Amino acid sequence: MIAATLRLPRHGFTLDVDLALPAQGVSALFGPSGCGKTTVLRALAGLERAAGRVALGSEVWQDDAQGLFVPTHQRALGYVIQESALFPHLSVAQNLDYGRRRIPPAQRRIAVDQVVELLGLGALMARRPDTLSGGERQRVAIARALATSPRLLLMDEPLAALDAARKAEVLPYLDRLHRELALPVVYVSHALEEVARLAHHLVLMDAGRVVAAGPMADLMARLDLPTARGEGAGVVLDAVVAERDTAWQLARLQVGPAGGAGDFSVWARDQGLPVGHAVRVRLLARDVSLARGPLAGSSIGNQLQGVVEAIADDEHPSLALVRVRVGASPVVARLTRRSAHALGLQPGVPVWAQVKTVALME
Amino acid sequence: MTAADWTTVRLTAELAALTTVLLLLAGTPVAWWLARTRSVVKPVVAALVAMPLVLPPTVLGFYLLLLMGPQGPVGQLTQALGLGRLPFTFAGLVVASVLYSMPFVVQPLQQAFEAIPERTLEAAATLRASPWDRFFSIALPLARPGLVTASVLGFAHTVGEFGVVLMMGGNIPGQTRVLSVAVYGHVEALEFDDAHRLAAGMVAFAMLVLVTLYVVNRPARREAGRPR
Repeated sequence: MIAATLRLPRHGFTLDVDLALPAQGVSALFGPSGCGKTTVLRALAGLERAAGRVALGSEVWQDDAQGLFVPTHQRALGYVIQESALFPHLSVAQNLDYGRRRIPPAQRRIAVDQVVELLGLGALMARRPDTLSGGERQRVAIARALATSPRLLLMDEPLAALDAARKAEVLPYLDRLHRELALPVVYVSHALEEVARLAHHLVLMDAGRVVAAGPMADLMARLDLPTARGEGAGVVLDAVVAERDTAWQLARLQVGPAGGAGDFSVWARDQGLPVGHAVRVRLLARDVSLARGPLAGSSIGNQLQGVVEAIADDEHPSLALVRVRVGASPVVARLTRRSAHALGLQPGVPVWAQVKTVALME
Repeated sequence: MTAADWTTVRLTAELAALTTVLLLLAGTPVAWWLARTRSVVKPVVAALVAMPLVLPPTVLGFYLLLLMGPQGPVGQLTQALGLGRLPFTFAGLVVASVLYSMPFVVQPLQQAFEAIPERTLEAAATLRASPWDRFFSIALPLARPGLVTASVLGFAHTVGEFGVVLMMGGNIPGQTRVLSVAVYGHVEALEFDDAHRLAAGMVAFAMLVLVTLYVVNRPARREAGRPR
């Protein structure tokens, strides 16, 4: 458990958060620019001095009640920022070695070879940082942080400075991180796309405060949160590749509790993942429409039978958000209020959800 | 070049070298502090360091003479410590030169330190480097061009000082007669040939120093063959 109670007056607002993040997986701090999420990360790292307490499991890094404050260089953490901040006078290999040789050999759990392999840096080792592309620099920065065998990895918008192609280049490496190293990650971002792909635990922040916190899937299914506004609204669900239709290049994904009651299937583009592989699917609310019965003669292959669970107003007065319970999982749809009215939607009404696009995230 | 000329040249070089070394040792912490502090007294310290840039050297020399003279507080201290009086000695010249050349060492260093992004030093901290470790492993190597500039300017400026030396050290051969004073003496005595020898030598020296500085501190060229 990563526990932090932090208070710090900033211009415009006072940062005042009380966090309890799981000791595994990726926790995302998500919110608009200037909401204080970077300050939280800096305070966890000890780079910023907020009032309060910070503890990683039984290891206390800050406790004002005891007058305890462990300086940054004595905290077993890795820190990656948007600008990568590689040391320009050192080669990639020397950058990777900088932190590693500053920890006692007994604490070196992650080998340099391992991070070099994990982040695909083999060909870059002799290069200087100013000869690297943005994506390469970011991968080196991540590897450099990992080479210190941290017990916690803090990432502050590590992809924000990259264009879409570079982002796509680095993202798969981030995916592998927590899986292969069993390292808890706190990830700051204002891009819902990245958060939906990477995070397991979500902390929504606004104006220095926590708006909501909990498992990613739970928060994305709520209609009352800022994440339900805008184009990124939609549920994130865990699934397993159940079947591959090689003739049509499609994969059937089993969504919901593994093998248990209440699971259902959706078809998505086959991305070459083997049957049994765990994946994550994202169903954007704008890609889900509702009907009172199954549609014949529709191009939409994914039709899911469910029951309306909740209806809420969307940002624009013409729109409504409807949460439908499909088996054991929630699916959120964005409709016009006129359609919702015409269909007579209200909690308890059986409906069919048509899902136009299923975004599969490894 | 006469033997007396060589004595003068050697004395000047010794003074400049010693001054530069002392200034690098004393000026680096000052420059680091000025570059990183948010203290309210920073402008005052910065102004004190920069004083010799705007004060006439004779003014500085005058007050140093008073301070270090037999009646001055520093003079009384050095006498009480058994060090004797500083004015009209080599040691007195070193003290005066250190003060007078201070901005030429501190300012390039300060600018070099200020150019290091805070996030680079923070990155080092997150990679387990203690404050001292960060200074020696990151700040100093990154400030290398500033160190070179500071050394060269500190040395060259000490070689070129005149007013302070005249006020503080006079013109004692082998002790306080440095090149600039010697040139002045030759001109006063209408020994233009002697003045030329030394003056031309100094012009050549200055040129050499500056060209070397610009070559050494040329921005490193990017390695060719950037992928993609």
